[in-house]
Amino acid sequence: MAVPTYATPLERVWHYAYLVICGLIFFFLIAPIIVIIPLSFNAEPYFTFTDRMLSFDPKGYSTRWYRSLLTFGMQNPDATGWAFWSDAWANANWVKAAKNSIIIGVFSTLLATVLGTLAALGLSRPEMPFRRAIMAILISPMIVPLIITATGMFFFYSNPCELLGVFGLPTNCGRLAGTYVGVILAHATLGIPFVIITVTATLVGFDQSLNRAAASLGANPRTTFFRVTMPLILPGVISGALFAFVTSFDEVVAVLFIAGPEQQTIPRQMWNGIREQISPAILAVATLLVIFSIALLTTVELLRRRSERIRGVTPR
Amino acid sequence: MANALDPHAAIATTAGGVTDGALRTADGRPLVRALARSQSLARRRAFLLVLPLLAFILITFVVPIGQMLQRSFYNDGFSAHMPQLSQWFADNPRGTEPDEAAWTALATDLKASAEARTIGVVGTRINYDVPGTRSLFTSTGRQVRRGLEPPYQAALLDINEDWADPRLWSAMRDASSPVTGNFYLAAVDRKRGDDGSISQVEERQQVYVMLFMRTFWLSLVITFVTFVLGFPIAHLLATLPMRKSNLLMILVLLPFWTSLLVRTTSWMVLLQQQGVINDILVWLGVIGGGQRLQMIYNQTGTIIAMTHILLPFMILPLYSVMRTINPSYVRAARSLGATSWTAFRRVYFPQTLPGLGAGALLVFILAVGYYITPALVGGSSGQLISNMIAMHMTDTLNWSMAAALAALLLAAVLLLYWVYDRMVGIDNLKLG
Repeated sequence: MAVPTYATPLERVWHYAYLVICGLIFFFLIAPIIVIIPLSFNAEPYFTFTDRMLSFDPKGYSTRWYRSLLTFGMQNPDATGWAFWSDAWANANWVKAAKNSIIIGVFSTLLATVLGTLAALGLSRPEMPFRRAIMAILISPMIVPLIITATGMFFFYSNPCELLGVFGLPTNCGRLAGTYVGVILAHATLGIPFVIITVTATLVGFDQSLNRAAASLGANPRTTFFRVTMPLILPGVISGALFAFVTSFDEVVAVLFIAGPEQQTIPRQMWNGIREQISPAILAVATLLVIFSIALLTTVELLRRRSERIRGVTPR
Repeated sequence: MANALDPHAAIATTAGGVTDGALRTADGRPLVRALARSQSLARRRAFLLVLPLLAFILITFVVPIGQMLQRSFYNDGFSAHMPQLSQWFADNPRGTEPDEAAWTALATDLKASAEARTIGVVGTRINYDVPGTRSLFTSTGRQVRRGLEPPYQAALLDINEDWADPRLWSAMRDASSPVTGNFYLAAVDRKRGDDGSISQVEERQQVYVMLFMRTFWLSLVITFVTFVLGFPIAHLLATLPMRKSNLLMILVLLPFWTSLLVRTTSWMVLLQQQGVINDILVWLGVIGGGQRLQMIYNQTGTIIAMTHILLPFMILPLYSVMRTINPSYVRAARSLGATSWTAFRRVYFPQTLPGLGAGALLVFILAVGYYITPALVGGSSGQLISNMIAMHMTDTLNWSMAAALAALLLAAVLLLYWVYDRMVGIDNLKLG
């Protein structure tokens, strides 16, 4: 984006001012995320740069907050070697939270991806009846305020069979609130719109005659799906799955309302930490999560390019 | 089998099958019917693919929200456990002084309810309307269980003379029917008087209308700020060469992929009075050490943090529209003598409107329902309506009130969603 040769001096000045403004906005976008990384190595329990940190004195930096992530909740944090790590694996609160987040994230992603991909395949067929209305319903979990979704789920999951009373069936069949299944179902619901959006976007450029070609060559629908359709839409499916995973991994409102103490996840632990006594340990978690999101973003970008390449779409 | 239903195959084989003027398939069925059948089969197949997910969303999402909203106008906490008194209210019009029959009904119901251990539910229901009455119900219930002699009016007043309070009787009358609009009235700061008339609540109790206004106002401000910040960025990304713009795009997408709590936390760290920004300002000498700015735990904090979080939702739709704008239009305008400002205003900007509309609507919809960020950085002046719903859910336990507020918020969001679908189309929603 160079300045055109016919630009007046004023326009040149404006052009450079514009670039500076854009730089400042990029700074606004990225600085808050980057600034917590050095702060998480603060040797003091402060949220700002100490004089020592600014003079790059190694004494101003430490990894104590990362260590405290491990030791918080451990029974014997002074142990060494194997005993330390097995204790951390079994008892440390943040490790437990990470395990829960991963379990819930993986299962809700699987559910959301399988159901979402099937539905996206149906929605992309030109024959699909009520396409617009159904699409609107399926995307709505992303649009409806989370607090409303969470409140609805709070009542529903505390007695999921209440509605069966309308049909004269027994209305008590246990609770889903406070169980892993409950949280997984809730997170799957919240992740589904992302899968639908990414997979239908991939299917827009999908050539339906490939399916017919496969069928005419004698492939049954299953073979056609796994050998022809799936490889082509796989990048979209994987990015949809990553979106769903991140949604679950970052979700706190539904967890606050329907999870029990057993289902403590990373966001919930962060939420408690921020509300009660915010310590730089939160910044250490935040730093780890930023690194995690950089890895995810890279994966999604690579997938998007791959998808565009195999579908023959020129990259934007 | 599949081939017989395929319209293409059918047409190919009908050449010799014409007998009565109607086209027929190879196996002799009229082509029109075969085609209709094959199309309905295709429709059914497409629908069957969507059905599992549709059922899942209906059961885990739509029905729960419906059930929750039902609480906003249906609450049988009083009527189900106080049947006789509810009957008395039904028989006697508003304004009737409670007679001995009413007191007898009250005493009987209190006794039955105390024995069934549902008196707490009854008390909670009335407590919504007349604060402090829950303990009146529970304590009276305990005494009534030990036995009560008629006349009941004197006996009950002997236990606690608050029972004569006309406000209490009015509240019980309101609660005697399980279907009520009172929660909606309360959600717009109105109440029903003793004579049934609707009036505004006292000024210091008017919170909800103000909160709704604040939610919409702050969302508008945030939408506007994201537009001001997002437009130049989207324009830069759309006009740079692909390689550079893809690199810069990462700066937009990284915040998008970063955990919401992480971003909120970093703003708390930056904006605190002892935080990085105040430190820099003091160091630069812009402000004195004693006059550090209060930028968090108020509306400023909410606006800054939410703008940062929602900015990518504005940039991405704007960018995808700006990418498609042909640069030669602006060049043509310039060659015809337009200044760069006129060319921008009359030629370029109108073409970005679809992206602007999509981004603005999306940001506004998401901002209106925000909960986490205002709860953490909003203090008391930066709370939005979502926070009030959460408070009624977890602290005051007035679930019907929470449901009524949720219903109003949901109505607003669904209206905007409908507009979005009309203007932009949900299919055009893009992520990254």
